[in-house]
Amino acid sequence: MIDRRIFLKSSGLALIGGALVPNVFVKMANAATTKGHKVVVAIFQRGAVDGLNVVVPYGEQAYYAARPSIAIPRETVIDLDGFFGLHPSLASLAPYWKDHSLAVVHAAGSPDATRSHFDAQDFMECGTPGIRTTEDGFLARAVRGTSPLRAVSMTPALPRILSGRVNAVAMTDIARFGVRDDVSPMFESMYGGAFDAAKMLKSADPQKLQPENGAQYPPTPLGNSLKQIAQLIKSNVGLEVAFADVGGWDTHAGEGGAQGQLANNLRNFSDALAAFIRDLGSRMGDVVLVTMSEFGRTVRENGNRGTDHGHANVMLIAGGGVKGGKVHGRWPGLKDLYENRDLSITTDFRDVFAEILTRHLGVPSMTPVFPNYTPKWVGVVSGQLT
Amino acid sequence: MKRFLLVASLFFALNDRQRAQHVLDRLAFGAKPGDVERVMRMGVDRWIDEQLHPERIADRDVEARLTHDPDRRPIAELSAQRLIRATYSERQLNEVMVDFWLNHFNVFAAKGLDRVFIADYDRDVIRPRVWGKFEDLLMATAKSPAMLFYLDNARSRGGALNENYARELMELHTLGVDGGYTQKDVTELARVFTGWSIDREEGDFLFRRFAHDRGEKTVLGVHFRAGGGMEEGEQMIRFLAHQPATAHHIAYKLCQRLIADEPPASAVDRVAKTFLASDGDLRATVKAVIDSPEFREPKYYRAKMKTPFEYAVSAIRAVGGRIDNPLPVARQLREMGEPLYLSQPPTGYSDTASAWSSSGGLMARLNFALALAENRLPGVRSNVSDARATARMLGSPEFQKQ
Repeated sequence: MIDRRIFLKSSGLALIGGALVPNVFVKMANAATTKGHKVVVAIFQRGAVDGLNVVVPYGEQAYYAARPSIAIPRETVIDLDGFFGLHPSLASLAPYWKDHSLAVVHAAGSPDATRSHFDAQDFMECGTPGIRTTEDGFLARAVRGTSPLRAVSMTPALPRILSGRVNAVAMTDIARFGVRDDVSPMFESMYGGAFDAAKMLKSADPQKLQPENGAQYPPTPLGNSLKQIAQLIKSNVGLEVAFADVGGWDTHAGEGGAQGQLANNLRNFSDALAAFIRDLGSRMGDVVLVTMSEFGRTVRENGNRGTDHGHANVMLIAGGGVKGGKVHGRWPGLKDLYENRDLSITTDFRDVFAEILTRHLGVPSMTPVFPNYTPKWVGVVSGQLT
Repeated sequence: MKRFLLVASLFFALNDRQRAQHVLDRLAFGAKPGDVERVMRMGVDRWIDEQLHPERIADRDVEARLTHDPDRRPIAELSAQRLIRATYSERQLNEVMVDFWLNHFNVFAAKGLDRVFIADYDRDVIRPRVWGKFEDLLMATAKSPAMLFYLDNARSRGGALNENYARELMELHTLGVDGGYTQKDVTELARVFTGWSIDREEGDFLFRRFAHDRGEKTVLGVHFRAGGGMEEGEQMIRFLAHQPATAHHIAYKLCQRLIADEPPASAVDRVAKTFLASDGDLRATVKAVIDSPEFREPKYYRAKMKTPFEYAVSAIRAVGGRIDNPLPVARQLREMGEPLYLSQPPTGYSDTASAWSSSGGLMARLNFALALAENRLPGVRSNVSDARATARMLGSPEFQKQ
């Protein structure tokens, strides 16, 4: 398997990855890898990103009627399928749509009606919308590996989504994760297990790996997180689930359209994701990257050229086995709104994750991951189980 | 045997040393060398009573240490002063409460003009009111440029609503997320607060009469006839400040801060009653928490995990450290996930262990402990005789708790 990757590189073909990574590499790498090296990377856009201005339903007149000052003009969107288009700030991700490694699920979300950021994030991360008593996170419940680095969150604190018995590692900087050798035994005797991950990192030394294929991560916290997640993936430390989050999406005022506040945030976001995909190159065949946000925003812009808390949102999915180049999910339209203000949910976010976790990660049962819920297939990930 | 120990632990109260340690952990930012003995000599109850009246405590030492650097940005200046006060002020409970209320009424100071407004918010809005009436504190935050800007109410106008502040006012500041309001109430309350804005020249509150929605409104059963003005918002602040749901929400958060992550319902109910009976008097309410039998139950001794801010300050206090420059310490807080004044979501920072007990957070604490013990923490001088033993103490699981 390694031979094939070396072959791809040494033959010079991988240089094409400098422009974009054609899906053919993804497929080849996918066929060549073994079970157990698959990784899911989840990115939480905290604060509720305005999905209608991320993947724009530019073919629907009601969109423009509802957003006189912040709609993305038809002529500036990056067309996807003649009806939806990407916000122009997502230009760096467009090549992956074209090569079918990037998919969209629109009108997705958590069915609970709350418009509280905190509750909605909590419900989503627990995987049990509406239930306050769930203590662990659904991604934590999906992890089965044994490596001390099987579940990693690139955050200063451990998020709910990875809380639980999996003992996920939370950190912001691989280089700072650990203590000096001479005092390590002393602290290890107090804390034990926490040092297994630190020792493994020390010997694997992922930070020595430079981004490949000309990938340039933006100098943002998310760029930094994804760069390090890529290093962990390439270091073969047994990573199964990785998590990162990024804030700044709560655009109640001055949201902007093709340019402005959201556009700037989206550019940084897109550039970080695109750098990650490019950096991993053929290794993306082992990876599914998925984005989520606690709820969407109101269809109509508010009095301050912004949007308030809404309901359904958009999810982006990229990587190996992803049925890309397609907007999945049923589009509910912008005429019949949820509570007369928000985009209705037609795909439960759990359906998207269930499919990724089952088909990509090979998790045998969704019952412990999403208790009391029967996921429906979305068709966004192909059912290869090698 | 296990059962016996359980019963025994409930029966036997904390000893005097533990009680002194407990109040220094919870009602202060940890003990300085000699503090436990000092509180024991003075008597725990007398110490508590003194702390509940900070205006009676001389605090010349901390004033002398507060330096003003006109070149510093407000966030840096405030963070520096907050660290100095938390470390050296004799009015320790006052600093604990300032931390609590700044977090309860969180403002993200890196948002636009809040970079400037945050200074008045800390000094003139929160600090002078932490021992007064909840209603006054709530009203002051509602009219503060910092909050009006942070939660976008400054721009909300009749026919051009912004519901951000109205929602968080009920969800976070008063009733709580289960406080019984609806989306309709959020929208109606947003209409009530239209026109509550900022005079940008003066940096003061300004009611913009022409931006106010003068139509009829009903919020939480309170009806307003058409033609009203600023008094509608003031009435709603007073209404919200005295709701039983608000009393419960505030009592729950105070008990969570001072007793346990999952505060005992008996204590919360009692404190909520005091809140209501005392017209939201914050001194009486905090006193009710401290006077709760639950506060001194042995099972809550060292039952809470310190936040990074509490950890860093308590560690510096424990070694009698001298802060020459607080800014490197403020940067350490950022590394540990709790930069002061910079919590982006309106929820503020979490006050429970689940948010702070991460492996990366632990490594950061251990490295902080090590640097402090070895007298190489930037900006801080410590005089430690046995660096290894001090690092072991500051890095121990016990010292992560309070």
